[in-house]
Amino acid sequence: MKFKAEIFISLKPTVSDPQGMTIAEGLKQLGFESIDDVRAGKFIELSLNAKTISECNDVIADMCERLLANPIIENYRFEITPADR
Amino acid sequence: MKFGVVVFPGTWSDKDCFYVIDQVLHQPVEYIWHKDTDLTGFDCIILPGGFSYGDYLRCGAIARFSPVMKSVEAFANAGGLVYGICNGFQILCESGLLPGVLIRNDHLQFRCEWTSLRIENSDSPFTSKAEAGQVISVPISHGEGNYFADSATLDEIEKNNQVIFRYSSPEGCIDRENNPNGSLNNIAGITNREGNVLGMMPHPERCCDPLLGSTDGEVIFRSISDTLLKLTS
Repeated sequence: MKFKAEIFISLKPTVSDPQGMTIAEGLKQLGFESIDDVRAGKFIELSLNAKTISECNDVIADMCERLLANPIIENYRFEITPADR
Repeated sequence: MKFGVVVFPGTWSDKDCFYVIDQVLHQPVEYIWHKDTDLTGFDCIILPGGFSYGDYLRCGAIARFSPVMKSVEAFANAGGLVYGICNGFQILCESGLLPGVLIRNDHLQFRCEWTSLRIENSDSPFTSKAEAGQVISVPISHGEGNYFADSATLDEIEKNNQVIFRYSSPEGCIDRENNPNGSLNNIAGITNREGNVLGMMPHPERCCDPLLGSTDGEVIFRSISDTLLKLTS
């Protein structure tokens, strides 16, 4: 079966995010005074073949642990949807 | 003794490193293409600076899976000297040969400037010819050199004297003002626990010739060759 995975990678709350802080500044200068906090991360979309959704789950988690995220500084989560009609 | 300089796609300081070994140390040196896996005959492996694989995903994240890295890991685990500079440091962290990680500079700027480094530990194969407390002037050139590790890891590397270089004032004062990128504890370079793998963000290979404004970087390369000389004699 074909699956689509959407992977969200974000810096851990304990890691400072200067990019997010700079975006927050920009938004405030645009007049969005209500901004409290901004964290910037990465979004990766990939499609793959797997027998079951649970196998797909395991493969994506392995990819995240070994390459897509660095567990020292980043958290990840992902959503998998069947791509076959 | 023979040095190897690893070249990944996107490495840019390979020729500078080669020049220092060849023209300053007058020692044998060879380039090692990242697809080569045979490190037989080498005594020190240098991972130079640059932007391997375009810094895609995270700095060093893809390079660590290049074929040569499995051999570099085996070489390091067998006690061989491995020296990562700038992007090489990032690759060593990503590969787990060194603890921690280099993240985006806290001010988001790419900094290309001279920094002062205080040598914290001269009891290392990479600084044996220097004195602890000595301050050397070495340029940095990076956007992601902000050293980060969780507090337990940081405690451990401090306790084991794995911090070899800290950013300082020219007088050796360690403070926020003399920290060019936000690195925890002003860390500019560390070794692994065993001491045979060094990573540092500044570029000593760019200051080994009077023409370049400083020869302060030489002490590191001379320490390495001195160590190897003692090992092989």
